[in-house]
Amino acid sequence: MANGVRAQAAAGGGIVGDVVLEMENIILRFGGVTAIKDISFDIRRGEIRAIIGPNGAGKSSMLNVISGFYHPQEGQIWYKGRERPAMKPYEVALQGIARTFQNIALFEGMTVLDNIMTGRIRQMKSGLLAQALWKGKAEREETENRESVERIIDFLEIQHIRKTPVGRLPYGLKKRVELARALAAEPSILLLDEPMAGMNVEEKEDMSRFVLDVNDEFGTTIVLIEHDMGVVMDLSDRVVVMDYGRKIGDGTPDEVRRNQDVIDAYLGVSHD
Amino acid sequence: MVKSAMPRQGWDIADKGGVEVSEPMHASSQYLSIPAILRRNAETYADKPAYREKDLGIWQSWTWSQAEREIESLAIGFLDLGVSEGDFIAIAGRNRPHFYWSMVAAQMVGAIPVPIYHDSAADEMAYVLDHCGACLAVVEDQEQIDKILDVQEQLSRLKHMIYVDSRGMRKYDHARLHQFSHVQDVGRSKRDELTGELEARRSRLDYSSTCVMLYTSGTTGKPKGVVLSNRNIIESSIASCKFDGLGQNEEVLAYLPMAWVGDFMFSIGQAFWSGFCVNCPESADTMQMNLREIGPTYYFAPPRVFEMQLTNVMIRMEDAGILKKRIFGFFMDHAKKVGPAILDRKRVGGWDRLKYWLGNLIVYGPLKDTLGFGRVRLGYTAGEAIGPEIFEFYRSLGINLKQLYGQTEASVFVTIQPDGEVRADTVGVPAPGVQVKVADSGEVFYRGPGTFVEYYKNPESTAKTKDADGWVATGDAGFMDGTTGHLKIIDRAKDVGKMSSGKMFAPKYVENKLKFFPDILEAVVFGNQREECTAFMNIDLNAVGNWAERNNIGYASYQELASHPRVLETIREHVEEVNLSLSEDPMLAHSQIHRFIVLHKELDADDGEITRTRKVRRGVISEKYEDLLGALYDGSREIYTTTEVTYEDGRKGSISATLKIMDAAVALDGKMEHMAAG
Repeated sequence: MANGVRAQAAAGGGIVGDVVLEMENIILRFGGVTAIKDISFDIRRGEIRAIIGPNGAGKSSMLNVISGFYHPQEGQIWYKGRERPAMKPYEVALQGIARTFQNIALFEGMTVLDNIMTGRIRQMKSGLLAQALWKGKAEREETENRESVERIIDFLEIQHIRKTPVGRLPYGLKKRVELARALAAEPSILLLDEPMAGMNVEEKEDMSRFVLDVNDEFGTTIVLIEHDMGVVMDLSDRVVVMDYGRKIGDGTPDEVRRNQDVIDAYLGVSHD
Repeated sequence: MVKSAMPRQGWDIADKGGVEVSEPMHASSQYLSIPAILRRNAETYADKPAYREKDLGIWQSWTWSQAEREIESLAIGFLDLGVSEGDFIAIAGRNRPHFYWSMVAAQMVGAIPVPIYHDSAADEMAYVLDHCGACLAVVEDQEQIDKILDVQEQLSRLKHMIYVDSRGMRKYDHARLHQFSHVQDVGRSKRDELTGELEARRSRLDYSSTCVMLYTSGTTGKPKGVVLSNRNIIESSIASCKFDGLGQNEEVLAYLPMAWVGDFMFSIGQAFWSGFCVNCPESADTMQMNLREIGPTYYFAPPRVFEMQLTNVMIRMEDAGILKKRIFGFFMDHAKKVGPAILDRKRVGGWDRLKYWLGNLIVYGPLKDTLGFGRVRLGYTAGEAIGPEIFEFYRSLGINLKQLYGQTEASVFVTIQPDGEVRADTVGVPAPGVQVKVADSGEVFYRGPGTFVEYYKNPESTAKTKDADGWVATGDAGFMDGTTGHLKIIDRAKDVGKMSSGKMFAPKYVENKLKFFPDILEAVVFGNQREECTAFMNIDLNAVGNWAERNNIGYASYQELASHPRVLETIREHVEEVNLSLSEDPMLAHSQIHRFIVLHKELDADDGEITRTRKVRRGVISEKYEDLLGALYDGSREIYTTTEVTYEDGRKGSISATLKIMDAAVALDGKMEHMAAG
């Protein structure tokens, strides 16, 4: 029974619901290069969705399309049942999509706390003057935001580095701080670009735990790109496999593992 | 007052300590249980803080009357879960108010709290839970719940589990799992219904009811459950609070394991009796910062912690500029000269006092503040011998650091150092109300108000340890120092052996001398029934790592650093220094270290090599590293070995290495004689 309980708790996060984001026939070109070739897939509310593929397969481009950084030349993006027009990244962020970056993009000179507070910017509604004078609404907002940031600090167990400048932190902790900042925005969809790259086994385990816990506790939908197949198979509910800008597989980790195209892409095919 | 010096014929009874000891102490308290004292505090100190915990970046506090309400609602929640009188309730978590409340709530419903080391592996936890037959476990989080679920088949009597942190727990089957706050909610809603029952149970508690059961880690065999009564805890608390004048305004930081008797005594016994506030750190990693924020007035730490802090200070001073280094050096030298005397209120000249005052202003004060010792009035260290330099360092800063000698079986206090009689090499005079005697064999015995009731379900061990007159064998060998009347501890009695020449072999004494070097974390000395002494060592990764960085020596792991030729050479120098100082003492000249190995892994409690309180398990070590031990005596130059290691999550792996066997020069009458190697 014990194992039953644990297995259930460990296999992919919260309750999976309806489709929240749908990519339909996306084509993305950079000049003559087609990075994404007619890809369609969907993301359901509350699931952990992985995008995998060899180097140069177009995974990060796909993530950038979702985050609104790239605008596909063709195809539609449906978000919460409505077609999403071409948007600026901050507009996408306002709609509740937050992300972390493959190569950490934090403010190195600022403390962990201040970095995470920047994730709350879209919750701050008081004007510039009120902020500068630190009066009334601005002060109230800061208190509220600090409280939710503290919850995230507690959640990710980084209390001991709260006041440490990010530049002095080791890599694994920086990754965690970046996740914290993304969470501070209270996103409904969280995009993680290689959250475990460059980590050792122990750090990967910790990070996996946090990803699962975020999904479980906050019901956040998570889209992640990851190279470590073990991690992907353990964490995700469904996996999209890309190769040379095409989608070559889509399904549960088990289905994907048995997919011949995927095996070929990863292990290579003999040309005889 | 003390008539005899060294152990003479028969028993040597030392009765110093300012309290008449011919008769057992009379019940000096009208409060016969911890819940009774809680009631008193809730009335007397109603609005004074009883607990603080840093949560979400802010210190949250509970007054004594709030604490009583929290504890009562939890206790009623326990009643609702069907806890009966005499049941055992296991508690596993880091220091948090919730767990202190759980212990007192358990007592309130007539159950017995059993705190468990929360970092122990699943099977260690299973042993304790099964041995006491706990019906309820109050634990911190998912990690602890998982550990218990893993072994629950062995625990037929465990009915319910309560967790404090709900994270990750949503999908678990909640038939037997309960969230701490929900149990309290139930308690609050059923207050009217169950208060009568609670009051009835509370009023049945008396001096002889069990206050707590603590498992001793033990360097051999399975842990034993030490039963301590309300009398034990309350009498010892009263006596020790009086001894050091502890009052309601003390501040302590609770950070030592809750399963350890010391924490129970300080954070419950003394805190309840004096009514002072117990502060709980935000997490294990923030302890140092929280220490600074709280600024405790009363602080307890094992020598290891003091040593680590001193090492950190020295490492940071090495990075300081020349001027700062000079100022630091100048005033620290001065502090060494007059600091301890000023602390002991001895006569010190006006000029020296002025210089010390100035030093306090620009060096000692800021340094103490950085360490979190800005307000420490009273500090204690115990558990292991402390290096004289470390001890003097803190005392010269004006921190009244003292030593005590104690045991779980004694409710901590056996001997204790009174103000003004503090020395690095003794453990003090018998604590108030405690009698101490040294047997012919050299073993130390005591009896007093804190003497434990029994080992739970183990009459055999009880009889072996405690005789009919209440004398308890400590298992430690020592003697009463003739001139000071202080007890000196040499070693564990069972570890004191004879070398093949028939001379006394006391490994701990030598090990402590080695461990006083910041570079050496652990040392295990062998020599029983042998002609020569040899040793295993662990380097201190922190200290040696810093040295390596300074000298541009790259390393990737403990193992790599520990086998670096220059590190080995440094350790050899330390060993030879120890040999030199041993050779000056005719009693110990024969226990100089001839050969040693720097081990390829750190001795670890997860591997069972040391206890959770960091005491060396000689038996386990000499069995596990049999091959290395053989190599120390057969003249090999190096040896290849493979060792099994256990990771924190219980998985096993192995590491292998080729280890160099190092020779060390021995000395004769304080002079080095260089042997030909090999």
